[in-house]
Amino acid sequence: MGSFQSLPDDHPYRTLSQKTGFSLEQIAILHNRFKQLSQNEETLRRDDLQTIQDLESNPIRYEIIEAFFDKRNFQKDDVGSVDEIGFEEFLTVMSYFRAPAHNITEEQKEEMRRAKLRFLFNMHDTDNDGTITLEEYRHVVEELLSRSGALGRETAKGIADAAMLEVASISVGPMAPDEFYEGITFEHFLKILKGIEIETRMHIHFLNMDTTVFCKHHSA
Amino acid sequence: MMPRLSSIVPESCLLIVVGLLVGGLMKLVAEVPPVLESKIFFLYLLPPIILDAGYFMPIRQFTENLGTILMFAVVGTLWNAFFVGGLLYGVCQFEGHRLVNVDLLSCLLFGSIISAVDPVAVLAVFEEIHINELLHILVFGESLLNDAVTVVLYHLFEEFSSVGTITVMDVFLGVVCFLVVSLGGIVVGAIYGLLAAFTSRFTSHTRVIEPLFVFVYSYMAYLSAEVFHLSGIMALIACGAVTRPYVEANISHKSHTTIKYFLKMWSSVSDTLIFIFLGVSTVAGPHEWNWIFVVATLILCLVARVLGVVGLTFVINKFRIVKLTSKDQFIIAYGGLRGAIAFSLVYLLNTDHFPKRNMFLTAIITVIFFTVFVQGMTIRPLVDLLAVKKKQETKRSINEEIHTQFLDHLLTGIEGICGHYGHHHWKDKLNRFNKKYVKKCLIAGERSKEPQLIAFYHKMEMKQAIELVESGGGSKLPSAVPSTVSMQNIQPKKSPQDRALPQLSKAREDEIRKILRTNLQKTRQRLRSYNRHTLIADPYEDGWNEILIKRKRMMELEKKISQMNNYLTVPAPAPDSPTIARARLASDPQAWGLKSLTESIPTIKVDLASPQSPESFNMVDEIGKKGSQSKASEEEDGLTMKVPSMTKPRKDKTANEDDDKEPQQRLMRCLSDPGPAGEEDEEDEPFLH
Repeated sequence: MGSFQSLPDDHPYRTLSQKTGFSLEQIAILHNRFKQLSQNEETLRRDDLQTIQDLESNPIRYEIIEAFFDKRNFQKDDVGSVDEIGFEEFLTVMSYFRAPAHNITEEQKEEMRRAKLRFLFNMHDTDNDGTITLEEYRHVVEELLSRSGALGRETAKGIADAAMLEVASISVGPMAPDEFYEGITFEHFLKILKGIEIETRMHIHFLNMDTTVFCKHHSA
Repeated sequence: MMPRLSSIVPESCLLIVVGLLVGGLMKLVAEVPPVLESKIFFLYLLPPIILDAGYFMPIRQFTENLGTILMFAVVGTLWNAFFVGGLLYGVCQFEGHRLVNVDLLSCLLFGSIISAVDPVAVLAVFEEIHINELLHILVFGESLLNDAVTVVLYHLFEEFSSVGTITVMDVFLGVVCFLVVSLGGIVVGAIYGLLAAFTSRFTSHTRVIEPLFVFVYSYMAYLSAEVFHLSGIMALIACGAVTRPYVEANISHKSHTTIKYFLKMWSSVSDTLIFIFLGVSTVAGPHEWNWIFVVATLILCLVARVLGVVGLTFVINKFRIVKLTSKDQFIIAYGGLRGAIAFSLVYLLNTDHFPKRNMFLTAIITVIFFTVFVQGMTIRPLVDLLAVKKKQETKRSINEEIHTQFLDHLLTGIEGICGHYGHHHWKDKLNRFNKKYVKKCLIAGERSKEPQLIAFYHKMEMKQAIELVESGGGSKLPSAVPSTVSMQNIQPKKSPQDRALPQLSKAREDEIRKILRTNLQKTRQRLRSYNRHTLIADPYEDGWNEILIKRKRMMELEKKISQMNNYLTVPAPAPDSPTIARARLASDPQAWGLKSLTESIPTIKVDLASPQSPESFNMVDEIGKKGSQSKASEEEDGLTMKVPSMTKPRKDKTANEDDDKEPQQRLMRCLSDPGPAGEEDEEDEPFLH
């Protein structure tokens, strides 16, 4: 907690805290981490994230890294991707992984759910046309199975096809042979993932105390 | 009348009543009713129930709530034990001359025995009320894990009562003892579990005794733990939970079915016997009724439970994301049933050390009766009244599965970026360790590399294919849905040459043919030898009528098929993948005769109701049609029981088939017993002559 005490001013943190919902301590710790990753520069680049050792074995690391540089996730109604991000954007992306507070209303919970699912949707919808097409979904499944070699690639196609069929059947119902289902829209996406309680499952435990110093040797 | 009775009164209550009647009857005849001997109970009746629970334990929910469960099990039981024991002692001192010589240690021992929630009773009642999974796993997990606490306290107090004096050192040793007992039990169970998994890797040539290994190793785990005074229940749970993922990947689907049904059978029988015996013992056992003691016990138990749950939840909720509401707390408190374990433990008490044993026995029986009857009977209406969330019978969809995996990786990645090693990081590390080393060791052949998503997908595929065939006898969609969402709807429109459908390759067809041949051969052999070791072809008989009925419709459909050209096929998985075959377990063995063609099943249809429509087509048919030209009479021979005229000696690819047998063949082709690859052959050989 020593690093927190020595901060020059916490005004920027207060606005950040209000915007993202993190506590001041959590922001401080994340700021330290940000500085660590960006080698004390003001902005973070893709390479900085790519060098994290823990991400090496993650099959979807590219998508995760891309999500940090995707303007749609910055809550500013912008599209496209950037090459470097500042701490505010970093924090904004991180805020998608906060756990819901204890005493929030149903509406707030629903809002949080939508936001989180929107994040996931953006991760899949790489060309930003508002739908997840078959190709994009296939890509997702292939990435997930990328460590399984040939067996994975073959069945990935089948799995993606099956999943799309399921979404279409659930969202649109029966279709005539010449009707065409373009892709999964955000509303359909919400519907099919209703079973997973996203607001509680998609969270990580943000620390209130700085232990990143212990893990320093593992990161870039 | 009978159905209504069982919906009001849980089965355990009825069984106890039966036991009471039987005991009463025996007493009338002046026979001595048998008492539930502790040895029989602990060695023969209890293990099957616990193994059943442990083997089918939902690991994911259990580990997610492990902290909560442990808190309830350990701290809750300790609190209960000391509260009940201590206050009972106080009551005894106050009461009068009869109870004054009940010393503190006896009371504490009694408290520790009676405070443990009983897994048998909990299972018996909770299974009927279909409560949501969180509550179920909390109460059930607690009932399993508190065994360690009970064992330790029981032995501790028993030792102390013979020694006489207790020191602080003893208390400290008690804590150490608890850790040893629980962790030791788990370690013993895990070791045996890994041994069983390892053994199952080599059983590909002796498929018939595969289930035996699981049972024997688990029982040995239990016995080993009990011999060393470790927690046998925890050993059994650990063994079952550890064994399951690896053993299931190795054993044949038939063994899997065997294990599943044997466990259910044994645990059912044990369960029934336990409750009946409890009733009989009530009539038989030596009783000493003491109003004050019994009533005090009852009240104190209830109060302790409620206070314990409320207090603990207050603490636990600070650490949980999904908080426990007061409704949840009520159900948890109310679901703390006592059962036969407590009874047997008291029965084991030595009368020399515990002169008031009979009184304890009476009190325990009263508490058990109260919890099982009153709480057991009222919990169902209360659950309805409080509108507690019930278990959701939703089918796991492939989208959810994909996204569950996606989320796991995503969260692990974000934790990596954040730089701290949280929950997901360690889970991921464990998974990778498991995949890299453990699975290679314990799972035979190709299966060790199959990722979970693919396994799930194949299972789902097969399940849907089976459902499809069962519901339609080969034809497709219900008339309610005139057309399906097929690949044509999903694929972007391509030019006519660019057919989106892969054809069945020649190699694939050959494979299918070979598999069918081998399986039908087995079927025939099974049918001929009426050895008790072989399975009788009743399933075929069951489905025969359906087959005949649907034969006509098939003929109509054949015509349509040639025009239909949209179906979805997926490349078939490797033939020796038992998961495919295992997916058949979704349906009862009764439906064995109606299995569809094996690995080339593509179907992913969502609505699978029974009525068929003429417009609907089916890819099973499609494939069947393709294969029919060369597959000839192989399938029909498999169903020779009822139609002797169809019996022909097996030939390869007869070209001369009668026309009227065509549709029948095609029909039966779809309904032949698929069975996985040739590895299954050996399983029947020793018994077929």
